[in-house]
Amino acid sequence: MSEKKTKRRDFLFTATYAVGAVGAAAVVWPMIDQMNPDASVKALASTEVDISSMNPGKTITVLWRGKPVFIRRRTQEEIAEAKAVNLNDLKHPEKDEDRAKNPEWLVMLGVCTHLGCVPLDQKGDYNGWFCPCHGSHYDISGRIRKGPAPTNMEIPEYKFVNNNTIKIG
Amino acid sequence: MKSYLRILLIFILFFGFSVKSNSAEKIEYLKTDWSFKGLFGKFDRGALQRGYQVYTEVCSSCHSMKYLSYRNLAEKGGPEFSLAQAKAIAASFEVTDGPNDDGEMFTRPGKLSDKFVMPYDNVKAAQAANGGAYPPDMSVLVKARGGGVDYIYSLLQGYENPPAGMSLDDGVYYNKYMYGNKIKMANQLSDGLVEYGDGTTASVEQMSKDVTTFLMWAAEPHLESRHQMGFKAIVYLTILTILVYFSMKRIWSRIETEV
Amino acid sequence: MSDHEYTPKSKFGKWFNDRLPLLTLASHLTDYPTPKNLNYWWTFGGILTFCLITQIVTGLVLAMHYIAHADMAFDSVEHIMRDVNYGWLIRYIHANGASMFFLAVYIHIFRSLFYGSYKSPREVIWIIGIIIYLLMMAAAFLGYVLPWGQMSFWGATVITNLFSAIPLVGEGIVTWLWGGYSVDNPTLTRFFTLHYLIPFLILGLVVLHIWALHVPGNNNPVGIDIKKPSKDTVPFHPYIVIKDGFALLMFMIVFAFFVFYTPNILGHADNYIEANPLVTPAHIVPEWYLLPFYAILRSVPDKLLGVVAMLSAILILAALPWLDTSKIRSAVFRPLYRQFYWILVADVLILGYVGAMPAEGLYLLVARVATAYYFLHFLVVLPILGYKEKTLPVPLSITEPVLGGSPNLALAKNKEKLEVK
Repeated sequence: MSEKKTKRRDFLFTATYAVGAVGAAAVVWPMIDQMNPDASVKALASTEVDISSMNPGKTITVLWRGKPVFIRRRTQEEIAEAKAVNLNDLKHPEKDEDRAKNPEWLVMLGVCTHLGCVPLDQKGDYNGWFCPCHGSHYDISGRIRKGPAPTNMEIPEYKFVNNNTIKIG
Repeated sequence: MKSYLRILLIFILFFGFSVKSNSAEKIEYLKTDWSFKGLFGKFDRGALQRGYQVYTEVCSSCHSMKYLSYRNLAEKGGPEFSLAQAKAIAASFEVTDGPNDDGEMFTRPGKLSDKFVMPYDNVKAAQAANGGAYPPDMSVLVKARGGGVDYIYSLLQGYENPPAGMSLDDGVYYNKYMYGNKIKMANQLSDGLVEYGDGTTASVEQMSKDVTTFLMWAAEPHLESRHQMGFKAIVYLTILTILVYFSMKRIWSRIETEV
Repeated sequence: MSDHEYTPKSKFGKWFNDRLPLLTLASHLTDYPTPKNLNYWWTFGGILTFCLITQIVTGLVLAMHYIAHADMAFDSVEHIMRDVNYGWLIRYIHANGASMFFLAVYIHIFRSLFYGSYKSPREVIWIIGIIIYLLMMAAAFLGYVLPWGQMSFWGATVITNLFSAIPLVGEGIVTWLWGGYSVDNPTLTRFFTLHYLIPFLILGLVVLHIWALHVPGNNNPVGIDIKKPSKDTVPFHPYIVIKDGFALLMFMIVFAFFVFYTPNILGHADNYIEANPLVTPAHIVPEWYLLPFYAILRSVPDKLLGVVAMLSAILILAALPWLDTSKIRSAVFRPLYRQFYWILVADVLILGYVGAMPAEGLYLLVARVATAYYFLHFLVVLPILGYKEKTLPVPLSITEPVLGGSPNLALAKNKEKLEVK
């Protein structure tokens, strides 16, 4: 009898604690989630870029989600160079075709994958980009060749709306 | 437990008191049944969509809604236009953007992320175009008026001829629900003014109700999730309170004192 | 303070506790002997702690999104309400939380008044409490300015102008407060800074308030000194913790009802109109919790004296332990005081009511009478009552029966029932 009573008491206290803990967790979530991107930020997820005036060999930098995006119209030599690289030489093997849908246009996030600096255009040992912060060298396909960065520069989602316009995001 | 009841009584008195003092200077407004009132209140989607139509076709030529974006029209708990519809609505407005690479402003069709296009560039321009009276921004209008939705609903239907002996200046109209009865907005609604896509008859009463519902949503876009979350929260708290109550009884049963 | 020496069981616990006796503190708080006859009016201390923490947490979160600039404050609040994830929830909790905080603090204060908790040896607890209350009013006022609506702006204008009543330097002080020639952006930014600061001051004072409480221990409904620990006390944990927890949950249900179903009912519609220095709202009223003092301010036809009266109405409370000359604490054993107590409650409610009404005609007359009575209660009634009142016999302990075997707790309870409806 008295053992039974103890059990019931244990159950009551356990249930109270459990239900209380669920509530506490439910209250914590809004306080955390409020720091995530808000609805207005999420809505600005895409940018359209006019590329009609770009000649081969020119790079422009546009702002997308607060970060720079490099858009380079590559020359035929550069395309050939990018395609000729042996994948075994790469730290993060990726074919150039997979990085540039249209080989003439390279659209990539201009953020060094090491610690987030913006690499410099047409610098470094591989005729591509060079990050001045900690010395990462990228090739003309934006692939990491030398230095501390672990991966190639990221390719955002983008599409050609028409011949003159790229939509990023 | 008894003293808890006393405390509850105080709460109720306090609550009743605050309601009463808020409604001290109340005028009898026209009544209608609002779908969004009550513990489970939700917006009537049809009314919101029609209300948006009335706002766009009638109100928006003078009244801005600067805190709303076209994306809101497709969001859950709102008029819930489809994404395609909302995009089409946005694209039907010309939005000023820029500066472009030449340093000039340009116009382009609206996008979902754009705010509602404003009828005037600034308050002064709005005043100049409306005989000195600024048509208030409608984003939070319902919450900015003591009578709330009932007031707006009544005001839209409150135009009458002034009582004998009352003289009105040019551009001033008589409205029996307006504070001081003088309003600078002329009567805007007349039967059949807009043509509803869903076949609803566009009477003045219907349009007033629809546009007021729309304004309520504009001011409280999260009303539905608030009501849903509130119900869950109160059910949860009640369950936990009961559990804690019995736990308390158990614990205090160890000593001989009434809790 | 601590009635027993505490030694941690584990070796590390002992090592740590010798260097920073946090475990001793925790043990003291857990075992703290509390009178076992505390009724639910005593749970509001815990509820107030909850209110303070809620306001601080939600306030920190809001400050991550709020922009303290005259051109952007109103917009940023709307941004919080519309776009920030759960922003509407957090803001409504914060806004209604202020009202709930004051509701709880008024109950807490009036509990002290009824049971004589401010009397020796608890004067310091009481005075710290009054300072906390003053800071709460300051924080609430400053916070109300931040959304930069019409009531924010004109409330700030009216309240800061109170300082202009000070002879000679008043005008200079007001300009200094504003950082300009009217309430404007500099005012808003400094108000935001102070609004952010004050809750932490309150938190510090709350620690002192509780510390000072733990020296003599809690008062109790019977109002007698009790031996601690004894048959009359229970350890704070779990007895008082669970009871406070139960009351807190009840309180939270009411709180939730306001937040989820009538979030704007305690606010004023005009505050959803952006601040406009050219137009004053037709009817300026402060938030409900300041109304009694607002009524006192308006009931005096002189600017300076009105401000003085309003301030005295609060500061007079600090002198209460010496104004009340009765040796008996609890109103349970003071039949006359009990009646005056309820008259005072009614008086304050009346002041609150007329504070919300226009200051004219009958309202003004009522406000004046009520103001006069408020001061009369503290300055005349209480001092005289201590000498004249014939009090009831007070029991020697909470549990032990005296008076021919009748259990005194029951007696005390009966008396209480007669009075506290």
